[in-house]
Amino acid sequence: MRTWTWLHPLIALAFAPLLGGLIARTKAVFAGRTGAPVLQPYFDLAKLFRKGAVYSRTTTTVFRAAPTVGLAAIIVATLVVPFGGAPALLAFPGDFLLVVGLLAIGRFATVIAALDTGSSFEGMGASREVQFAALAEPALFLSLAAAGLAAGGSSLSRMQAAASVESWLAAGPALPLIAAALIAVVLAENSRIPVDDPNTHLELTMIHEVMILDHGGPDLGLILYGAALKLWVMGALLVNIVLPFRAGDAWVDGGISLAGMVLLAVAIGTIESSMARLRLTRVPQLLVGAATLAALALVLVLR
Amino acid sequence: MHLILAAIGILLIGGLGALLAGGSRRSATLLGRGSVHAACLVGAIGLAFSWAGRVPAAVQVPWSVPLGSFSIALDPLSTWFILPLLPLAALAASYGGASMENGHGGPGAVRRAGAAWFFFNVLVASILVVLTARNAILFLVAWEVMALASFFLVTWDDERREVRDAGWVYLVATHIGTAFLLAFFALLGARAGSLDFDAIAAARGGAAGGVCFLLAVAGFGTKAGLMPFHVWLPEAHPAAPSHVSALMSGVMIKTGIYGLMRALEFVGPPAAWWGWILLGVGLLSGIGGAAFALAQHDLKRLLAYSSIENMGLVALGLGLGIIGLVAGAPAVIALGFAAALVHVFNHALLKGLLFLGAGSVLHATGRLDLNRLGGLLRRMPWTGGSMLVGTAALSGLPPLGGFVGEFLLFLAAMQATLTPALALPGLTVLVGVALVAGLAAVAFTKVFGIAFLGHPRSPEADGSRESRNGMVIPMAVLAAACVAAGFAWIAPLLLVFGRDPGGAASPLPAGVPLGELLGETWTVPIAGGILLMVLAGVILIRVGLLRGRPVRASVTWDCGYARPDARMQYSGSSYVQPLTGLFHLLLRTRIDFDRPAAIFPGSSRLSTTTPALFRKLLYEPAFERVRLALQRFKWLQHGRLQLYVLYIVIVFVLLLIWMAWSAP
Repeated sequence: MRTWTWLHPLIALAFAPLLGGLIARTKAVFAGRTGAPVLQPYFDLAKLFRKGAVYSRTTTTVFRAAPTVGLAAIIVATLVVPFGGAPALLAFPGDFLLVVGLLAIGRFATVIAALDTGSSFEGMGASREVQFAALAEPALFLSLAAAGLAAGGSSLSRMQAAASVESWLAAGPALPLIAAALIAVVLAENSRIPVDDPNTHLELTMIHEVMILDHGGPDLGLILYGAALKLWVMGALLVNIVLPFRAGDAWVDGGISLAGMVLLAVAIGTIESSMARLRLTRVPQLLVGAATLAALALVLVLR
Repeated sequence: MHLILAAIGILLIGGLGALLAGGSRRSATLLGRGSVHAACLVGAIGLAFSWAGRVPAAVQVPWSVPLGSFSIALDPLSTWFILPLLPLAALAASYGGASMENGHGGPGAVRRAGAAWFFFNVLVASILVVLTARNAILFLVAWEVMALASFFLVTWDDERREVRDAGWVYLVATHIGTAFLLAFFALLGARAGSLDFDAIAAARGGAAGGVCFLLAVAGFGTKAGLMPFHVWLPEAHPAAPSHVSALMSGVMIKTGIYGLMRALEFVGPPAAWWGWILLGVGLLSGIGGAAFALAQHDLKRLLAYSSIENMGLVALGLGLGIIGLVAGAPAVIALGFAAALVHVFNHALLKGLLFLGAGSVLHATGRLDLNRLGGLLRRMPWTGGSMLVGTAALSGLPPLGGFVGEFLLFLAAMQATLTPALALPGLTVLVGVALVAGLAAVAFTKVFGIAFLGHPRSPEADGSRESRNGMVIPMAVLAAACVAAGFAWIAPLLLVFGRDPGGAASPLPAGVPLGELLGETWTVPIAGGILLMVLAGVILIRVGLLRGRPVRASVTWDCGYARPDARMQYSGSSYVQPLTGLFHLLLRTRIDFDRPAAIFPGSSRLSTTTPALFRKLLYEPAFERVRLALQRFKWLQHGRLQLYVLYIVIVFVLLLIWMAWSAP
């Protein structure tokens, strides 16, 4: 059963960029295009890692260190998130707070690196990012607290172990509410539609992309890779709670979780193809709405 | 324990010496700073000896004050609060000496260097007495001395009008707080028949516990800066010299928390609604403090509001602990109190560091307005680096000190949520702290990003240089301590409280296995260590990737605009505008905007201000009412001395009659 404890960080490191490729391919299918190869994110990374770098004269060490720090934090997060029915390497009560803290490190680094450039575009992106993050955090906490309450423990590994078809049926409508809230948070935190559009080409409309405008070469590669890992980590959180099927065999369970990740990528691609972006002023409503759903789930679990 | 007395003595003698040597700034600094260092060293040795059980933990000195006794003692609670006081006082003194050599505070202020050192030493000594006193009279005297010494330090730069106003607000607020404490101790003393803390604690559980608790919350809450008793704090902290702000925000306001925890010892057993009161006050302070902090443009005012926010988090921990106590849930009790204690310690180091950093910025640029700063990290690498550690820690990033307190608080809230009867308080704290943590991160990315990064927004910021070593080294030491505290916080907690759980003066009830409950949280420092290793690995990879590749310098991407300007950057106001908009109901940020008009617009300007809401809406109208009501008695005050003497005589005669009447 502990196979996946060790395997998950390696799988995450290897396959995280694939999620982006799957999302892009799904969107291409919806749009009737052939689309880029599923492995395109890997080609992009390989290209970026072979390049040199250009730094703005305004920037300091902070700007150079931020992508590295952000990637390191999210790599550690893969050690805390369980996968495939096995507990995580680092599992202890309240470990989801550590995941939130590690995500916050990445955000802090990206935001101050954006302010380091002295560009008004990047300041604007940073301002939007911290606003949405501040509102997404209560939603994330409430949904994980509700999941923990349903599982009777505050460790992510415990929550995963307790998730089963029976617990779904017993908790009734609470778990779909938690899942809905978590999906909203995953979309917002990973800058996907309807909160942010990763494909936009106008600085004024960007959030995450505009913060990393000035990064290039290996630094941009580290950022893109870190973003892929972040999607993987948060997706794993979601899949663990939403896909409670367990066969008891480590390889089958791992396969189910991997299938869940693929499904998540397709779902995100579908959402992105079928929805328009929300107006920026509407995003807080989405996030507060997610928090409300999670709070409702909590009430149902407590009942 | 005698060593603590000796430390107090050294402080007072050194302070007097500095006062007498006031004419010469150099010798005053030598005496004042030297005595603070010596006293902190002696005090630290005293703490170590009394911890090891080598010396008696209590000392009583004959004292002729009626009802009073000069008895002081060290128990785990006192030890815990003295622990950050000693290093912070020593570092603040070093810094203060160096910053005075820079001639900060105007010529008048430098002339009064002797008095400044005198009050600084008296402030440190009085905090020591407050934290060790075991008699209500002694405690109140030290409390008052502490308030007055800090008042004179706040108004040190009294040639500025806003400093005098701030001092006035502080003086009034602190005395109103003390009035509640007088009533508090009078009630307790009447019940116990003595004003010694031991007797008061022995008589706990009597009637009127709830009233006493409310008095303690109002009295001690004023000192701790809990909302809505916080009005003085955002005024006084920016006005004081930076090393004094560091000491006030770092340890002096914590005496309010210390008092609250002592009060629990005196007036228990608690009721659940006490916990709810603290949760309410804590949530208001946490969310309100964080929201007001992010809306401020003055660096020190922002830090002051952040102190309110952090004291709110501490109050949340205490509230959860009390609620756990009533419900008999040991995990909630231990984690709640541990969260409060750990956060008190970490916040002392962090806020000390940030105020010293703010002082360094003020020295270098003469400005504290974030919208006029920028690009300081390049020009002041040491101040900037220390501030980076401090702001990251206060944003709650693991593995730094600030994360640990929030982590324990979350854990306590989670434990409470998992206990069916305590789900509601647990959830309240969970949501509240999640919001507070997010808002605090906004406030501190604003501090670091706007002040230290980007282009300088004023010529002063452009021409700034690193402060002198005497100011930089204390900051670097504190920054290192903040990092260390993130890894090793559990050790001092267990050393001070773990040995004797449920001992006479431990805040934890008997039988709470603190070590056992905290055991698994060891994983957090381990995760921190792993993070550092992974970071080292990624750094190596990046270095490897960039080796042999061209690295060029260029301009920031500006969309091809021909004439980029530092003023086009996002400012502190614009950075937080989306959130100040969301919290408009609470913040009431006012925007003054002269719109550009006509086809060829002339100059235009925009400024935002966030008023002190509670002061404007609550206290100023209330004080106006009081003033009008007291107008009627104005005829009593006419300036004729002989009539004043007559008043005294009348009161004496009435007292004599009353005594003679009630004596038999």
